[in-house]
Amino acid sequence: MGIDRRQFIRIAGISTLLGLGGKGAWELLFPGQLEAAFLAEPVALKAKRWAMVVDMTKMDDATAKLCIQACNRVHNVPDLANPINPKDKVPPEDKVRWEVKWIWTDHFHSAFPGAEAEFLPERVKALNFLLLCNHCDNPPCVRVCPTKATFRRDDGIVMMDMHRCIGCRYCMAGCPFSARSFNWRDPRPFIKEVYQDFPTREIGVVEKCNFCAERLAKGQMPACVEASRGTLLFGDLSEPRSPVREALKTYFAIRRKPYLGTNPQVYYIV
Amino acid sequence: MADYKNEFGVFAERPKVEKKFYDGNKIIVGLVIFFAIVTLPFWKNVGKVIPAPQPKLDTPAIAKLTEKKCVMPTDWMRANHMQLLIDWREEVVRSQAQSGPSDFRVFESPDGRKFLASLSNTCMNCHSNKTQFCDQCHNYVAVTPTCWGCHLDKELKVAQVEAK
Amino acid sequence: MLEKALVGSKRYYVLLAVLLGLMALGFLIYLRQLSFGLGITGMGRDVSWGFYIAQFTYLVGVAASAVMVVLPYYLHDYKAFGRVTILGEFLAVGAVTMCLLFIVADLGRPDRLLNIIKYPTPNSVLFWDMIVLNVYLLLNLVTGWMVLESERHEVPPPKWVKPLIFIAIPWAPSIHTVTAFLYAGLPGRGYWLTAIMAPRFLSSAFAAGPALLILLCLVVRRFTKFDPGREQIQSLAKIVTYAILINVFFFFCELFTVFYSQIPDHMLHFQYLFYGLEGHGRLVPWMWFSMLGMIATAIALVFPKVRRNENTLALACGMVVITTWIDKGLGLMTGGFVPNPLEKVTEYWPTVPEALITLGVWATGFFIITILYKVAVSVKEEVSGPAHW
Repeated sequence: MGIDRRQFIRIAGISTLLGLGGKGAWELLFPGQLEAAFLAEPVALKAKRWAMVVDMTKMDDATAKLCIQACNRVHNVPDLANPINPKDKVPPEDKVRWEVKWIWTDHFHSAFPGAEAEFLPERVKALNFLLLCNHCDNPPCVRVCPTKATFRRDDGIVMMDMHRCIGCRYCMAGCPFSARSFNWRDPRPFIKEVYQDFPTREIGVVEKCNFCAERLAKGQMPACVEASRGTLLFGDLSEPRSPVREALKTYFAIRRKPYLGTNPQVYYIV
Repeated sequence: MADYKNEFGVFAERPKVEKKFYDGNKIIVGLVIFFAIVTLPFWKNVGKVIPAPQPKLDTPAIAKLTEKKCVMPTDWMRANHMQLLIDWREEVVRSQAQSGPSDFRVFESPDGRKFLASLSNTCMNCHSNKTQFCDQCHNYVAVTPTCWGCHLDKELKVAQVEAK
Repeated sequence: MLEKALVGSKRYYVLLAVLLGLMALGFLIYLRQLSFGLGITGMGRDVSWGFYIAQFTYLVGVAASAVMVVLPYYLHDYKAFGRVTILGEFLAVGAVTMCLLFIVADLGRPDRLLNIIKYPTPNSVLFWDMIVLNVYLLLNLVTGWMVLESERHEVPPPKWVKPLIFIAIPWAPSIHTVTAFLYAGLPGRGYWLTAIMAPRFLSSAFAAGPALLILLCLVVRRFTKFDPGREQIQSLAKIVTYAILINVFFFFCELFTVFYSQIPDHMLHFQYLFYGLEGHGRLVPWMWFSMLGMIATAIALVFPKVRRNENTLALACGMVVITTWIDKGLGLMTGGFVPNPLEKVTEYWPTVPEALITLGVWATGFFIITILYKVAVSVKEEVSGPAHW
């Protein structure tokens, strides 16, 4: 007699596995070849540990706004309050929910929760601190990403690989600074002026400040630093003469939630 | 009749069933309908002539080039541009140089020319006519590359520049 | 044996049809979610995990509870549970399938699902979660099926089944330990950063799972010719009682640590859940119902009279399921994200599309459970005849 139902299913299953696995093995053993090499641009800025110092003694709201606008412009960050087509208007509570922000401002008790004091100088109470991803040295978001879509580069920048992100949002849960945003819907209807030299993002991936890695590679300072009129200092912490080291030698600077051990690399002179 | 054994090792009576093509008519009708539906794309397009894709290279940027050469030779590109783009992507986004610069963005072709490894800023600068170039072949073979959800194709930028 | 699922009473077909309808509805709305984005849910930048992950967390516990019937039978020779191990294992199969479906439903890019396998990341708990869940599904499906088939042919199961069952026993607590570790290792989320997270998961799992199993056994007894057995249900009830008591105790441990130490960051989450914060208090009635109901049910279950009367037992089990679901489903997720790391309150509530997709996945799980239970019960009816114990 021929084979019975169970044997048939077994043979079909194994053939399928061999077929799929065979293709995968072929890819592994004979990957696509590329003989040419990759080089770095001669003007690229290099560092061992990029860091930023935010001088809140010199920062004011107008400057902060310039920094935010610069960042949003060169990175095609969607503005949910201003859709291209007025029909795409979004109710305010959805705007708060779906907001994508790489750099923004907030008050002292939100920027430094746990450091609140009952008696603070009025100046500090009124300050709008510029907040962004801290590019931590010991980042919990990198630790939890299941695909290494977010990873820490050797120069200290915590990068996002939008091609690999599966949108699980574990990194958003892991970030103690609420620095990450998710694309809850297609961002393109909310980008009025598209900056042609940088991609947009699609729905379903997480994004955040990338310390303008693409500008550093061209020898330029990050967009916010350039727009900050000297209130944002950016440099290599491992270089004793860099602007950040000089600033930290002179002024006492605080960081957000240092007790969590994430080792944030954005310092605030208050 | 002790000649039938299942995998539990238990001998059982071989069922006595008459050899007949049960429900034969229904099966044959079903098979005919199935094959008709499965081969629908073939016999529906019999006689239709679909012209071969004709990607156009007549962009202003290419017209300005003295030597009309792409990053790699045309034949190689036709077969491997997808792999090239993936390699570029991995290097530019994920390279983790231990010593030296923090990212590799310049691609050196076998004949010594250097290019910025970027889809939007290198490829699309010359081939700024996505609909007449990239889409021609992609539509023909029904391929939908997922690049364009994020990466910009410069058609708008070139149109804006030309309009000025 | 699957052919046993193809024939049944009219009620059986109606149940399958209803479940299929809900599955279809959920799927259609999921297609809308794929095109519009996860924005159709109530989640947002501050509460970035919501109903889907909450259901997954709850069901991971239910799935692990299969060990509570398998362990006494295989490790301690508690022969009575022989009648219900298959029901526990098939409940686990349905629950784990729902877990996996909820995870997929929650992903922003399900088309890139295989990236977890293509780029394995051992330092990520989510990677291990994927592994343990899938292996657990396979273990329960294979062992349950083999044992059932052997029972049908009235022969002992093949030798390789026993080691798999012995692996499944420690594997079960591991699936929700790993899931608890998803939450318990995040430095920025004070509500979850507690060593007791995994033990709490265990206690609520071993209360909710067997409670659900008791309810399913009562349903099976009522609608089929197979009676899981009174002694079996009573044993399960004892397990539920101990587990729910421990769960309540763990909750009080948490309350003490948080409110005696008076650390604001940790207190704020409990304040939001049970009292309201800055005028926001959507979950407050739910959490009070959950905790008070859980405590009352726990105390009630202590009394043997309550457990022995199968009507009050069913009521108590229903309360256990509901209160643990609110605690782990709504409370755990929202409490972790509210207030956010900047101590701002953004409330969360599931939207209608989100709820319908959730319903679709629950329907899928119960569809699988119905089919598998039909097979199991039909085989048991065939082998042992009408109810007798």
